[in-house]
Amino acid sequence: MISVLIAIVALIGIVAGLTVFVSSTAGVFAYFALVSIAAGVLTVSLRNPVHCGIALLALLGHVAGLFVLLHAEFVAVVQIIIYAGAILILYLFVLMLLNLKTEERYFHRRHAWYVVGVGALTVELLLVLLASQYGGVKGPAPAEAVEEVGNSMAIGILMFSDYLLPFEIVGIFLLGAIVGAIVLAKTPTRADLSGDER
Amino acid sequence: MVPISAYVTVSAILFVTGLVGVLIRRNFIIVLMSVEIMLNAANINLVAFANHLDSLAGQVMALFVIAIAAGEAAVGLAIIIVVFRGKIATNVDQINLLKW
Repeated sequence: MISVLIAIVALIGIVAGLTVFVSSTAGVFAYFALVSIAAGVLTVSLRNPVHCGIALLALLGHVAGLFVLLHAEFVAVVQIIIYAGAILILYLFVLMLLNLKTEERYFHRRHAWYVVGVGALTVELLLVLLASQYGGVKGPAPAEAVEEVGNSMAIGILMFSDYLLPFEIVGIFLLGAIVGAIVLAKTPTRADLSGDER
Repeated sequence: MVPISAYVTVSAILFVTGLVGVLIRRNFIIVLMSVEIMLNAANINLVAFANHLDSLAGQVMALFVIAIAAGEAAVGLAIIIVVFRGKIATNVDQINLLKW
């Protein structure tokens, strides 16, 4: 039932997005922003974990749309490939592997008052954000100059020159994460279980 | 032309949504998904300011954040598998072996 509702809402959203696409950039932005916020709220509030995963997929796709609007095409494509294609599939695999049953109490009732405090903090934060001026020193790469060489090439040149050391550190980090995940999730053998005789 | 304050507003709302999810959900996997929402909100901020300030550094940082998120998801889900296999717990509030 919820899946059908989500599908209908997604269809209406797609049609509405296509109609405003021809009209204005602000309309496209409003579509991506509203749908990503709605998908985020659904991810947090839905009961079935698989439905939460699908809502997270909608969120990631629409955030990728926001990236395209911001002239960050490479980041948008990486978002779709890595997040929606790899990370989310990993989540869904684990969900289906563990066969979680849907629970009655899926919220912390005792901690529900956190929401009030966080909500008040958000209103305060939004008032500050909307009143800010957003000045700052302009950098060397305006969107038109980047368009000439292409977004991917500009990012690649920057990443392999100025950001080479962070790039290598992220590579080592990913290697450590992969090895750690394999060691953690490995099925324990009898030798492991019988204690440390080695 | 969409002003940057709109992007920052969307980012703040998404971040708070993820924060609420981390605080009130009991399912371990949904808590990790909420962390992903918060990382995405940070990414929106990085890319929006990269566009606003005519610099590509924010986009490079967003790519690093995505890589770190992949590592975090792998290790977090491995921990979840260990916890569930040992029948230790099914909810985050029952996982308190390391609690002092």
